[in-house]
Amino acid sequence: MTAEEWQFVGFSARMAVASTLLILPPGLALAWVLARRNWPGKALVETFVSLPIVLPPVVTGLVLLQLFGRRGFLGRWLHDAFGMDVVFTWKAVVLALGVMSFPLLVRAARTAMEEVSPALEQIARTLGAGEWRVFFTITLPLARRGVLAGALLAFARALGEFGATIMVAGNIPGRTTTLPVAIYERVQLGDDAGAWALAGLSLAIAFAALWFGERLQRRRR
Amino acid sequence: MTPPVLHASFAKRFVGGPEIRADDLHLDAAGGVTVLFGPSGAGKTTILRCLAGLDTPDEGTIRFGDEVWFETSSSGGGRRGTKRVVPPQHRNLGFVPQDYALFPHLDVAANIAYGLRGLAPDERKSRAAEAIKWLGLDGLEARLPAELSGGQQQRVALARAVVRRPRLLLLDEPLSALDTPTRQRLRCGLRSLLLKLNVPSILVTHDRLEAAAFGDQLVVVDAGRVLQSGSASEVFHRPASVEVARVVGTDTVLACAVVGVADGLVTLAAGSARLTALAEALPPGAPRVHVCIRAEDVILTSDADVHASPRNRLRGIVRSLAAEGPLVRIELDCGFPLKALLTPQACAELKLRPGDPITAMIKAPQIHLI
Repeated sequence: MTAEEWQFVGFSARMAVASTLLILPPGLALAWVLARRNWPGKALVETFVSLPIVLPPVVTGLVLLQLFGRRGFLGRWLHDAFGMDVVFTWKAVVLALGVMSFPLLVRAARTAMEEVSPALEQIARTLGAGEWRVFFTITLPLARRGVLAGALLAFARALGEFGATIMVAGNIPGRTTTLPVAIYERVQLGDDAGAWALAGLSLAIAFAALWFGERLQRRRR
Repeated sequence: MTPPVLHASFAKRFVGGPEIRADDLHLDAAGGVTVLFGPSGAGKTTILRCLAGLDTPDEGTIRFGDEVWFETSSSGGGRRGTKRVVPPQHRNLGFVPQDYALFPHLDVAANIAYGLRGLAPDERKSRAAEAIKWLGLDGLEARLPAELSGGQQQRVALARAVVRRPRLLLLDEPLSALDTPTRQRLRCGLRSLLLKLNVPSILVTHDRLEAAAFGDQLVVVDAGRVLQSGSASEVFHRPASVEVARVVGTDTVLACAVVGVADGLVTLAAGSARLTALAEALPPGAPRVHVCIRAEDVILTSDADVHASPRNRLRGIVRSLAAEGPLVRIELDCGFPLKALLTPQACAELKLRPGDPITAMIKAPQIHLI
């Protein structure tokens, strides 16, 4: 195993963890709002959030590139206000992974929260608990299995993300190259052995993540 | 007179469904038990949930002491009035729902202590311990709700509600989720517990026995309306309307014509028979009234000549006998259908069989007229 290969693995894992952690708060908030509230435009937001599942990832990447590029609507604002450039940096990797895995987390968390009996939340309110306390002591703990499954799914999706990542983050070895991108590059260069080595590492990480998730769920059952 | 501690008048409409009205519902400051009584689907639970703040009425007011928990005002020219709603977490009441709704992921101790946030840890501990001891839950603190029996769950739900020392306790069919022996055992226990707590309580039930056992005050609800409120014995013995009589299960309700009034007594034509009741029971100005007779007030004898005080002696025929719990319900034809309730021993002594002639006696004051 070369140092470069280790770098790809470490970088990809870090990016996937970061994107999963990043989407967790907004993802749970959105899941709750979808599960527990009715508001105009709800169906529209639902559809919009789920788009990355059905769109070709490259298209999602293209949209992100347009939005966050130096001349893009959000990119210019970030550059002017914070001096932050996103595209073709590790931030773009996190962004692409987050956007691609967001719907998976939201869907799983929403289903789990819908299965929590509103009667329990109501009782908590009669016991003096406000909305935040109800969420953190009743809704979230009771939905934890689904939320955890959703987070794992999001993590796994992030590890495997290719199309959107290469569009917004490119392929800069040591800076934006993720495991799938590196595998693709190895194959392009005719380095089949290197591609297979990285593929094996991908498999190991995915396996470890799933196994860990199973363990966690079984222990709480 | 002290003002009522709770005063509510409100209406809630369900889309495509019934309208539930609670008109002039009030509770005195004394810590008695008020029973909301009525058949399933009458709207009792909706009324309770509106009081708890879990449902929002469409219009009306709910006042507790000098607080306004709910109020609509149609002023301002808008098509819909503005609503003022105090959320449940700020009403400081205890709510025990029908299925208890214990938090399945928390053990008994954590369930009970859930509402004690904001108190000092010492105070929290001592209050939870007090409730655990009081409700006989010692040794169950570390159990999860799924590991408890129905009766234990009910006590945990009650402990969880009362540990905060609520100002008002709302119980929705607290015994209906239990099996019959447990229900009978807990009926007495729960009542003495509620009285000991000395918190004004509202209990919802569709069970007549429960209503009679619990209620200092009874509020009869049917089809989304409050039909009558009063003391339990008043409502059971003197239903204000035929609907109330039906809800409280008055055994014989019969439309009769008034034949004559004399010497403080009124004579009524009940089918082919005559009945005598007290004239003071007669509602004013009604040529036709409804006679209400409770089965337990009917005395049966095989001796037609017995010299006894009851004013009404009716010759009749036994139509049928049916066991009803520990008693026997007897349907008679005395010129009108009449129902009686006897012990099995009394039935055996009278050698009652369908088709037998019998004499039924009813004291005049026990005939209620609507």
